[in-house]
Amino acid sequence: MTDATRATVIERRPINPFDLLARYGTVIALVLLIVFNLIFTTNFATLQTLNVNLTQVCTIVIVAVGMTLVIATGGIDLSVGSLMSISGALAPMVFMSKLFPIGNIYLAVALAIIIAVGVATLLGLFNGWLIARFRIQPIIATLVLFIAGRGIAQVMTNGQLQTFKVPEFQFIGLGRVLGIPFQVIVMLVLVIIAAWVIRKTVFGRQILAIGGNEKASGLSGIAVKKVKLVVYAVSGFCAGIAGLVVIAINSASDANLVGLGMELDAIAAVAVGGTLLSGGRASIIGTLLGALTIQLVRYTLLANGVPDSVAQVAQAVIIIAAVWVQQQGRSA
Amino acid sequence: MTRIHLARMVGSYGVLIALALLILFGYLRYENFLGLFNIMSVLRYNSMFALVALGMCFVIMTGGIDLSVGTVAALGSVAAAYASPYGPVAGVVAGVAVGLVVGLINAVMITRMHIMPFIATLASMLAASGTALLLANNRSVPVSYQSGFTELGQGNFIGLPIPAIIATIAFILGWLVLNYTATGRGVLAVGGSEESAKLMGLPADRIKTLAYVASGGLAGLAGVVLAAQFGAGQPIEGVGWELFAIASVVVGGTLLTGGVGSVGATLAGVLLLGILFTVLNFENGLGWISLSAYWQSVIRGAFLLVVVILQARLVAGETTRT
Repeated sequence: MTDATRATVIERRPINPFDLLARYGTVIALVLLIVFNLIFTTNFATLQTLNVNLTQVCTIVIVAVGMTLVIATGGIDLSVGSLMSISGALAPMVFMSKLFPIGNIYLAVALAIIIAVGVATLLGLFNGWLIARFRIQPIIATLVLFIAGRGIAQVMTNGQLQTFKVPEFQFIGLGRVLGIPFQVIVMLVLVIIAAWVIRKTVFGRQILAIGGNEKASGLSGIAVKKVKLVVYAVSGFCAGIAGLVVIAINSASDANLVGLGMELDAIAAVAVGGTLLSGGRASIIGTLLGALTIQLVRYTLLANGVPDSVAQVAQAVIIIAAVWVQQQGRSA
Repeated sequence: MTRIHLARMVGSYGVLIALALLILFGYLRYENFLGLFNIMSVLRYNSMFALVALGMCFVIMTGGIDLSVGTVAALGSVAAAYASPYGPVAGVVAGVAVGLVVGLINAVMITRMHIMPFIATLASMLAASGTALLLANNRSVPVSYQSGFTELGQGNFIGLPIPAIIATIAFILGWLVLNYTATGRGVLAVGGSEESAKLMGLPADRIKTLAYVASGGLAGLAGVVLAAQFGAGQPIEGVGWELFAIASVVVGGTLLTGGVGSVGATLAGVLLLGILFTVLNFENGLGWISLSAYWQSVIRGAFLLVVVILQARLVAGETTRT
């Protein structure tokens, strides 16, 4: 729908509840949730509640940022959880000098971060290569690393828990700058950069163009393959960082558990945030709000004594409701 | 011409050839690889995955996907465990019934609310898992050992494992439906082009509904077998089954875009991925190398990689030359 036709539709029917809901539904839901909690949940308006929710949602948002870009091109990345476990398995091996001895702890931590995130990025690039070079469907191409990736992490660590106490590294998950948890800053920086890329840069436009119509984009001179390669590499990069955050919080890395199910959490956040799963439209801020909404719903239910299993069902209902409302808004 | 021919050959027989080669490799390399015990345990263990993959195969042929099968199997196993004191029939009915219900909900979301299959079944995956945990009070539910229910997973009939017989019957029915009924041909038509199928007057929504309901029912049945085999309803089992099923279907040569597919090749895909694991165990048994169980997913992933690259190259060759 072009802007002109949208304008006439709005003129004819000044109030379309679905259109309003589709546009601001996530924000409205978030506000309602906060109001509900302020009234019913004890100790909700505390800094601790904010911290708990933000730290829990951080890794999902970080992964979902990369996922939003991938989905905007019309693709999907199922491998993010496995890439998190690889990055989470690699980093401790480096900074605990299991692979090669490193004298200086700061150097070791820096190397650990670079190697772990670098490997995750390369594996993301590998996904992109399969998709761009061989035209394999994204869901299948990334299924390869979804299956093999966690296995690689388990083989590297022999399936064993790596525990550590390295404050220099764990600053990623436990540190604070001006009272703000460090990983929240990482998350915000990634969100801002990605939102800027999508809105203001040629590359962002190219991502959306490919998602909208790949063939036409190719014909109009966009380097489709290159854009896809970069997008999947970015998704791997984000997953790599998220893996480090998780193990830093836990003071331990368990290849069996790091990032388990993350692909679905991230995709759910993207969908609730209003990014079309068929590609061509993306909202990074929407993804952030989507992740926050899902998180807050879970928190609200758990804080009010509802068991986790019911919270899961509620989460499912919210995903469907959000996607359905958005569709109604678009078709209206 | 030869390349096109080759592409079609590999598409339909590639998985069978690979399966035959793998079995031959195992037979030549390991003692007792084709021993009765090993064959029976491979069949018994993989029958659950086969049931799930059969449903997935139908859904994928319509151009959709069903992510909920793993947790539906978990839910089915819990329901079957609760019903197990009333006998095997009650167990089967309970497990399959919950699967059918979830399948129907999936179908309604996809055909009536027009929600993309990926998202719709992602949500029902979460909901089924939550419901299973809720029903089971977050722990596994022991089945009754007196009612004969466990025979469904552990028993034999004329020397064959009962779960393998169940899976075989399901596959024969699936094969008949796909190849000899209007609905079966409709599944492929809808997957090939939903628009054209509708214009030709095919009841596309009804066909898709049937596919998702069947997938749910088969996942529920897989849950029944799971509960009977392990003696308990397992609310947290089934994690990742959906992706294993998708991998089996793809290895079997069914295109994820829909419209093309084979029930038999899907079964071969399941067996191929399952036997890879057995080969790994035997290789460890030889003592030359020691690969932990973790290698199994690495090898499966690598295998999937080879298959999809081959498929992609052959499909590309076919389309550019015709």
